[in-house]
Amino acid sequence: MQLTVNGTTHTIDVEEDMPLLWVLRDELGLTGPKYGCGISQCGACTVHIDGEAVRSCSIAAADVWGSVTTIEGLGTPDALHAVQAAWVEHQVAQCGYCQSGQIMAAAALLTDTPDPNDAEIDDAMSANLCRCGTYPRIRAAVKTAAAKLRGT
Amino acid sequence: MSRLGKIARRSFLIGSVAVAGGVAFGTYSYRKPVENPLLQDLPDGHAAITPYVRIDATGITLITPRADLGQGAYSVQAALIAEELDVTLDQIRVDPGPPSPAYYNGKVAAEGFPLAATDDGFLARNGRAFGDVVAKLMGLQITGGSSTVADAFDKLRMAGAVARETLILAASQQSGVPRSRLTTRDGAVILPDGGTLSYVSLAPVAAGLDPVTDVTLRDPADWRYLGKAMQRLDIVAKSTGTQAYGIDMQLDGMVHATVRTNPRMGGEMRGYDARAAEKMRGVIKIVPIIGGAGVIADNTWRAFAAADAIDFDWGPAPYPATSDGMWEEVGASFTRDRRDSRFRNDGDVDAALKDAKMIEAEYRIPYLAHAPLEPMTATVLLKDGRLDIWTATQIPRFMEQAAADLTGLDVADIHLHVLAAGGSFGRRLEDDYVRQTIELAMAMEGTPVKMTWRREEDMTHDFPRTLQISRARGAVRDGKVAALDLKIAALSTTASQTARLNQPVPGPDVAIVAGAWDQPFAIPDYRVSGYRVPAMVPVSSWRSVGASGNGFLHDGFLDELIHAAGADPLAERIRLCWHAPSRKVLKAVGEMSDWGSDPGPDRGRGVAFTLSFGVPVAEVVEVTNTPDGIRIDKVFVAAEVGRVIDPVNFENQVMGGVIWGLGHAMNCELTYDDGLPEQTNFDAYEGMRLYQTPEIIVRGLENTGTVRGIGEPPVPPAAPALANAIFAATGQRIRELPLNKHIDFV
Repeated sequence: MQLTVNGTTHTIDVEEDMPLLWVLRDELGLTGPKYGCGISQCGACTVHIDGEAVRSCSIAAADVWGSVTTIEGLGTPDALHAVQAAWVEHQVAQCGYCQSGQIMAAAALLTDTPDPNDAEIDDAMSANLCRCGTYPRIRAAVKTAAAKLRGT
Repeated sequence: MSRLGKIARRSFLIGSVAVAGGVAFGTYSYRKPVENPLLQDLPDGHAAITPYVRIDATGITLITPRADLGQGAYSVQAALIAEELDVTLDQIRVDPGPPSPAYYNGKVAAEGFPLAATDDGFLARNGRAFGDVVAKLMGLQITGGSSTVADAFDKLRMAGAVARETLILAASQQSGVPRSRLTTRDGAVILPDGGTLSYVSLAPVAAGLDPVTDVTLRDPADWRYLGKAMQRLDIVAKSTGTQAYGIDMQLDGMVHATVRTNPRMGGEMRGYDARAAEKMRGVIKIVPIIGGAGVIADNTWRAFAAADAIDFDWGPAPYPATSDGMWEEVGASFTRDRRDSRFRNDGDVDAALKDAKMIEAEYRIPYLAHAPLEPMTATVLLKDGRLDIWTATQIPRFMEQAAADLTGLDVADIHLHVLAAGGSFGRRLEDDYVRQTIELAMAMEGTPVKMTWRREEDMTHDFPRTLQISRARGAVRDGKVAALDLKIAALSTTASQTARLNQPVPGPDVAIVAGAWDQPFAIPDYRVSGYRVPAMVPVSSWRSVGASGNGFLHDGFLDELIHAAGADPLAERIRLCWHAPSRKVLKAVGEMSDWGSDPGPDRGRGVAFTLSFGVPVAEVVEVTNTPDGIRIDKVFVAAEVGRVIDPVNFENQVMGGVIWGLGHAMNCELTYDDGLPEQTNFDAYEGMRLYQTPEIIVRGLENTGTVRGIGEPPVPPAAPALANAIFAATGQRIRELPLNKHIDFV
């Protein structure tokens, strides 16, 4: 089957039910999306499919309906996406393991809702678990990124 | 003891050594000759070749041997060296370095002795020095006990200063300019005419010099980095998905694997049928390991699926099969023969309670998993008589020894490469996952094997925090707390953990009563006794260890007594507290939270205090009792750490500790049925989520002058502050965790 990830189309030979996460990590070597639970409870594996935030651990490779963007495709250390720049500015990460997923969830939120209120941030970000407890800084970074993306 | 005390003062002997094309500087202590037979096994010069600063043609590398588990340890260690070395943080690389006794942790062992952090008397000081010496002799390279900063504060600054002064000497010899006319800045020695000689260019000269050891550490007023917000060295990598964790290891020809062992921890594996698994796509090999089996495949998911398809015959649990049976065992442990300690015994509690109206309560706290978000994982390659291990760990030297024991190789042939950890909270003080991966690698000689635990394997093999019951009695008189008798029954974390490290520690276990016996309260009749429950599910250190639960057991009951006395919860704690820095912490949190003001309808405010790891922490939690349940609105935290090294990381650690403490208190427990943990993933073990997160206001106090770590101390007061706030808002006193067994949360 064919899969477009970060703008590149790959031909892959995997079972139809292999979760997208393991295609990305072990077949394509993209280790930005993380394995945390395997059952859509932690959000560490969050990627975008056609811009929508999706738990890659729980979607079968055959069911991927569009082009996939991982954290590696969002921005790079030399060319940070606005959400990543806000994460750096606020020094959100502690262990950092959940942050790929947090950043992808935030980027999708801000595409749909450029000026989210607190309740909208809570709704969009509460499916992503952080064991280190970086939530206060995630809230602040989402607001900074939103302002930057709106050009205010 | 006296001779050991003398040795302890001989710290900061300094070494430098030429390395290929450059120079390396270290600090180390107890160098030979020392008349101590225990030292004779320590190889000559071993410390000198494992330094903190290495400069060669490729640049400047700072060695940061304490593991970064998310707490920012690499960054703070680098900043301590850089402050004295005079380098900017973008000029250096950090490297965790090889496992070595030179990187012993002098502070962590002191936690094993029953010495209150508030006790600065002769015995306590000698005891702590003894802890340092024990750690040194054992080469105790451990990350834990909130000890990284406390241990490194002088040691790493000294390493930086010695390197700087030696580089100045090298520059003096090269330029002919006297040392006194040379200064340093940003990785170079500055000549009087403004010219510069880079450290890198001076390294070959410095390598031939005796290091300059008569150095003076800089006045804090002159610090450029310490005490100020710094950007974490790993923050860009961790914001772009480019930080390499253990689970991200990739090597040519690497295969993927997972393992399963008896989920009734310690139970035997009687046999298994892997016929179905062997036929599954991608499966390369199924390997029996101690207590179970591993699947080696060409993709982690295929390994997971095949492991699921193995039909195991597990033996029964070597502990009571149900939580009810376990509670029964804990409840039956308040006996004379299971009494483990009585470190606090002020006044005459029995006499005081005999004539008073007795207040009694029983408290319970459950087993809790660490469950770092990155599951246990390691990559191992056995090739040509050499074993390479890539993983995240808090115990590198124990791990090396375990690897040597398992493979029969010499420790010199074990090469451990420490990677960033996706959280730990104490879990990576164990090496089980690495030993399992080594077993797989031994069956795949020449091929690198990356082993990843499924979340379910992780949750069922967590070495959880111990469950506990406390039985408390107390009395009040004239509006004051007069007597407190606290009995705590728990499994021995220290015994369980040190036995697995082959370093059994005899005597009472301080962890059973830590955070309770050592609180700075002058209650006239005051006793704290520990009772040791016989081993059940094996347990280990969980963020803030013994204090994590004892904060709730001690402060929760103290709050009950204060209410019974009709006193103000904050004012009575301050009145009872004899320790000036702790009193300041309580007063600060009162001022921050506007304690005493009307919290408003259906709202309540609770205060709690725990001193742990030498750090007094007071927290005030504000809650609203909504129709849908309790909402946590705000948390105020004041903590005394001597000196805040990095205000941003400090605030992060405090907020994280509070959220850790509150989240687990709200809704987390491990319960058992049929010998199996009933919570195997985050659907049943959630902790706090973002929508539940309160505003957290943090203040660091700097009154004592003794630098302390902050990773753990904010945890213990969080649960009691929440329970005390719920009582204030609802009148409901909850004496069992998790709280959601008794009340809903929004």
